[in-house]
Amino acid sequence: MIEEVFRYEWPRVVASLTRRFGDLDVAEEAAGEAFLAAVAAWGTTSPPNPGGWLMTTATRKAIDRVRREHQRAAKYEQALLLQPDVAPVHAVEDDQLRLIFTCAHPALAPEARLALTLRLVAGLSVGEIARALLSSEAAIGQRITRAKTKIRAAHIPFVVPERLTERLDDVLAVIYLIFNEGYLPSSDAELRIDLSDEAIRLARLLHDLLPDEPETAGLLALLLLIDARRAARIDETGELVTLDEQDRSGWDRALIREGHALVRACVRDNRPGPYQIQAAINAVHTAAREFRDTDWPALATLYNQLYNIQPNPVVALNRAVVTAELDGPEAALAAVDRLPLQDYHALHATRAELLRRVGRSAEAYGAYTKAIELAGNPAEVRHLTRRRGELVTVGDASQRARGGLAAQCEFRCR
Amino acid sequence: MPQYLLSVHGVGSDFDPAAGKFGAYSSQEDAESALADTSVFNEKLVAEGHFVFAGGLRSASTATVVDGRGDKPVYTDGPYLESKEYLGGFWVIEAPDLDVALRLAAEGSRACRGKVEVRPFQGLIEQG
Repeated sequence: MIEEVFRYEWPRVVASLTRRFGDLDVAEEAAGEAFLAAVAAWGTTSPPNPGGWLMTTATRKAIDRVRREHQRAAKYEQALLLQPDVAPVHAVEDDQLRLIFTCAHPALAPEARLALTLRLVAGLSVGEIARALLSSEAAIGQRITRAKTKIRAAHIPFVVPERLTERLDDVLAVIYLIFNEGYLPSSDAELRIDLSDEAIRLARLLHDLLPDEPETAGLLALLLLIDARRAARIDETGELVTLDEQDRSGWDRALIREGHALVRACVRDNRPGPYQIQAAINAVHTAAREFRDTDWPALATLYNQLYNIQPNPVVALNRAVVTAELDGPEAALAAVDRLPLQDYHALHATRAELLRRVGRSAEAYGAYTKAIELAGNPAEVRHLTRRRGELVTVGDASQRARGGLAAQCEFRCR
Repeated sequence: MPQYLLSVHGVGSDFDPAAGKFGAYSSQEDAESALADTSVFNEKLVAEGHFVFAGGLRSASTATVVDGRGDKPVYTDGPYLESKEYLGGFWVIEAPDLDVALRLAAEGSRACRGKVEVRPFQGLIEQG
């Protein structure tokens, strides 16, 4: 329980202290001290207002720290502590959003921006970030340290930029990655609802601030339409349930309505971008009452449109899943076998389903095994393991394989 | 207020119009208009209170490296590092934060027709 409180409160405390003290190290270290104090003071049950307790304690720790560091410069200390809260630009009052824009600063290396945001805004550990970004802990740790040193030494400000849209792409990418880590965690949990909720909260706030930015609306719609299926996506044994087998009555209709309305507004606006198209793809899925009602030609059009903007192999892999429905598994398999994604578990999972449909079971078994090795998420591993285990059964295997392939969308249509 | 070094790096050839050498510039006209634009930019820095110091440098071939760490100083002709591109000039400016410094550097880069490196000075706080 306390761990969950910490997960939730840590980024908020860090963001607030960063705004107040203008120093990431002071903020992080004071937050760390406050959480240690909480472990000692709370025992096993947290106080009625744990967030307030932590914020107050961390602020006191930060003041102590600043006082120690600036004993020789009493005037500086006074100036720092008496400085009123900085008036928000664009009426942004959310400390975390301000910190996101700082972390997405163009003077930082792109890979450092992601790592820093996941650490400071999402509160992920260095190990979790390393898994999310497919890198080593040492490399991520060094990247974060270097970025923090630069922020401090070069005086990168903790503000939302005046010309906000210039840095929007970086911020959207970061929010999307945070959601991904919650939706399909690389670590031991099936779902990290705190991270998904956090990403949606940030996407919503950004959309409120920038209602005329179509990609901001697109990102929010995308996240809502994926999140709407949350309850149906993992079964009671902790296994991933693919789109074809999901209990669609368990989908969150309110989120779907909101997502569809955003997608319709984007279509009217007619300034398409990658997030909007991915939102539209998920709108097609969530518009189908039953799996068999899925509008595959519409999905093919959308994936082609997406590939024109983002010609990368992951998009091509998703498109191949639609190809399998429209043109058959052989055509899809030919497309998939050309893709340079040997380290990507979803490639092998998709290949496995396609091979299974064309009756090449031995190869399918090998592909499942490869996918299981590479998949980090336990719900996915359980699903893939069961699918592989089914290969020995005959009977209705071909029908199940067909649904399973199309349902790979559940992994990646995001 | 934080101070930043804005350094301009360019091709290291001599600036000698009589010999048809224009340093980092393509022609005499190009060099003159860059100098004029840079003067305007400098005046703006002064007017807005950012200016600390600025200067353009003679070509790197006129440099001398001095090593005074031993008993007797050692003098070596030429720049510290052999390179295709050398420091050609710089500004020292004051700015409240990096966003302002980067904006000024972009203007300076346009004015002088060169890439600009922005580097913070060690602040008073870090020096103790």
